[in-house]
Amino acid sequence: MAVAHRTKRRPADPPSGSYESPIVELREVSKVYPGGHVGLDRVSLSVFRGEFLFLVGPTGCGKSTFIKLLIRELAPNAGQVRIAGRDIGSLPEKRIPQLRRNVGTVFQDYKLLPNRTVYDNVAYALQVIGGSRSEIREKVPETLRLVGLSNKIHNYPDELSGGEQQRVSVARAFVNHPPLLLADEPTGNLDPVTSIGIMQLLYRINRAGTTVIVVSHDREMVDKMRRRVVAMEEGRIVRDETSALYTEEDEQAGPAASAAPIDEDTQEFAIRVRAEMGVGDEGATNGGTH
Amino acid sequence: MDRLLFFIQEGLRALRRNAAPSVAAVVTIVVTVLLLGVLIPVLQTTEGKAQEVRSKIQLKVFLYDDATQGEITALQKRIDGVPHVDSLQFVSKTEALQILKKRLKDPNVLKELNSNPLPASFNIKPDDPANLDSIHSALTPPNAAGKATPISPIVQEVKDSREEASKITAVTGALKIVLTIITALLVIASLMLVGNTIRLSIYSRRREVEVMRLVGATKWFIRWPFMVEGVIVGAAGGLVAVIILWIGKVTVVDPLSDRFALVAAQNTINFLPLIGVLLLSAMAVSAMGSGVTLRRFLRV
Repeated sequence: MAVAHRTKRRPADPPSGSYESPIVELREVSKVYPGGHVGLDRVSLSVFRGEFLFLVGPTGCGKSTFIKLLIRELAPNAGQVRIAGRDIGSLPEKRIPQLRRNVGTVFQDYKLLPNRTVYDNVAYALQVIGGSRSEIREKVPETLRLVGLSNKIHNYPDELSGGEQQRVSVARAFVNHPPLLLADEPTGNLDPVTSIGIMQLLYRINRAGTTVIVVSHDREMVDKMRRRVVAMEEGRIVRDETSALYTEEDEQAGPAASAAPIDEDTQEFAIRVRAEMGVGDEGATNGGTH
Repeated sequence: MDRLLFFIQEGLRALRRNAAPSVAAVVTIVVTVLLLGVLIPVLQTTEGKAQEVRSKIQLKVFLYDDATQGEITALQKRIDGVPHVDSLQFVSKTEALQILKKRLKDPNVLKELNSNPLPASFNIKPDDPANLDSIHSALTPPNAAGKATPISPIVQEVKDSREEASKITAVTGALKIVLTIITALLVIASLMLVGNTIRLSIYSRRREVEVMRLVGATKWFIRWPFMVEGVIVGAAGGLVAVIILWIGKVTVVDPLSDRFALVAAQNTINFLPLIGVLLLSAMAVSAMGSGVTLRRFLRV
């Protein structure tokens, strides 16, 4: 895959070590909105299976456009958006639902269905793909246990805290175990302690083999995670590094943050991040590790 | 089968959780169906009345009193041979008097008459009111001088009820046109009203529809529950309206129809097919309204 990166360092090799095709690949993608605002300007990027990637940058830099292109909420004006080798820019409209079922998405505003209980919200993602009743009965409680909401399954979204709603959103995105999970500012509306919980959850999902792309403003969180960071400005990628910090300046200043071991398990991750951020244990909301 | 059950469950859930807009939709449908349920029978009655008047249009051939039985029989045969004659009836002088007696409230008036002044006549019904003229001219062909002369010397006069009939036909025709226009306008207005109410109900849930699209639901997967909901709303509204119509029929129309000739034509309308059509169309309009309105919000 000869892909041109406007980067200083090469991004991570596929974790498995084998050079399979990237799960997400953008080739010279441009998106110009009606009215002339440039969302993306000839962006090229490859994300490999199993990666955990942060997309950072100021408001209006094209992060949201990036996510919307990946679920075909928008179509590019030029270039190719490939998911698992398939150009989705030319996907016929009828095939879009199929794409979205294979890409779990977590939104900043959760986007839960207000008229459904937690259980039914998560179950909807399975009903959409024609999941059988027995499959739903098995997978939904299991996923809700994973996100630590076993005791709230019959509550409605407006009866939950922001963090809990975001957990439901994650559960819905993950319940059919998609190969790719996108999170658009998943901690944007949450306090630091709750944010760690959500990040821990995403990390756990990543450890289970799902590629995770997180759009984030949360500088501290990005710094502590030390995963691949892609920084954007005005529709272009200005930096793409592995085990990186939120900004280059931070790195040059050389903060005390230790490089995160790539195979850290979720428990270790949570302990390390909490210690580094100086917040206490949130409480045993999550039962066990992956 | 699992799917069908799911769609019905979803439709019911939506109705439960959106009670206020659903009730509004049901009410508009009740009003629409009520209007139709009243106007359709009225239209049919007008049509029936006009038909009745048309059937009364006939020709009368009055005979001289000195006509012999042989001449009358000969004339009858000739009239029978005229094209477009549907039926022919001979009314003798005595029969004519009896008919008059029946019509008069005070039979004593006739007692003062010494003799029977009424002529014998043939009543001729045309197969179609439009053919009245051709029968008339066949019975009174022009003679050598170009003047219309009766076909037989025993014929005193040929009269038809065309003028009065045409007046009644004109009035009922105008009434029919006015009623049709009113009905059409009402139907259009209520269709738009129903459409608007459904749109409001769906508009309040457009974010929900957007989320469903983003989770990967196909358009029809989202649409079916809305259609089910539409059918239920339509059926509920239609049912309420039909019950009101039925109560109205039993308590108001039926007692009246015993007394008034105009309302008696009501008998030509079958209540069952009427409510069947009303119920079905209420359900169809409501379901289609939901489905079509949804299109706007499915473009995510």
